[in-house]
Amino acid sequence: MKSTPISDAQLVNNYINGQESALSVLINRHQQRLYGFIFSKIQNRDATEDVFQDTFIKVIRTLKRGSYNEQGKFLPWVMRIAHNLIIDYFRKNNRMPKFNNRGDFDIFDVLSDGTASIESQIVNGQIANHLRVLLEELPSEQKTVIKMRMYQDLSFKDISEQTGVSINTALGRMRYGLINLRKMIDKHNISLTN
Amino acid sequence: MAQLYTENPLNSEQLIPRNETIRFLLDYSKALYVVEIDSQKLDCLLN
Repeated sequence: MKSTPISDAQLVNNYINGQESALSVLINRHQQRLYGFIFSKIQNRDATEDVFQDTFIKVIRTLKRGSYNEQGKFLPWVMRIAHNLIIDYFRKNNRMPKFNNRGDFDIFDVLSDGTASIESQIVNGQIANHLRVLLEELPSEQKTVIKMRMYQDLSFKDISEQTGVSINTALGRMRYGLINLRKMIDKHNISLTN
Repeated sequence: MAQLYTENPLNSEQLIPRNETIRFLLDYSKALYVVEIDSQKLDCLLN
């Protein structure tokens, strides 16, 4: 014996009366047609997924609120909701242009997560090495002050106490040390920028 | 001789929504209920 499928109207009625499984049947019955309709207009899988979801959210809310007009047929009504949401989608997209990652331009080439790339890390490492070599060429008093200040992060007060000189002397050694470093960099034409 | 044609259409990808979307809709439907207060209908979601 062949059983006749339950009509949309009956399923809608069952759903309104609290039978949740009726919704699953309705979605299953019409998903391909509705999804295909949306995709034919939008031509984008992710956006189609969003519009499909929003369509059924609207359907669910209308049915649960008891605002559904039984005079119309279910599928044309759902299609009309989808049609309106597609129009909303294009309106919104015209106001907010979006970047697709299909062409030559990729937005992720421009955006950064704030961390240094591997290349930057290597270049920074090389710069630090060059600087250490240049530091060794400085007079020992200047080298000591710069190392204590830059590598050990000591204050000039601490440096003056540990080296047994006044703060002004420590500041002076730092200043001349940096001037000498710049001279060496210029002389050897070294680039210390990333 | 190698098979030169197939019964499968070139674009065999079915245009249907993802399973997650369907699952979300069914869960949303189960969670949603409408409360009527002073002739106003309010949507509520169960946690």
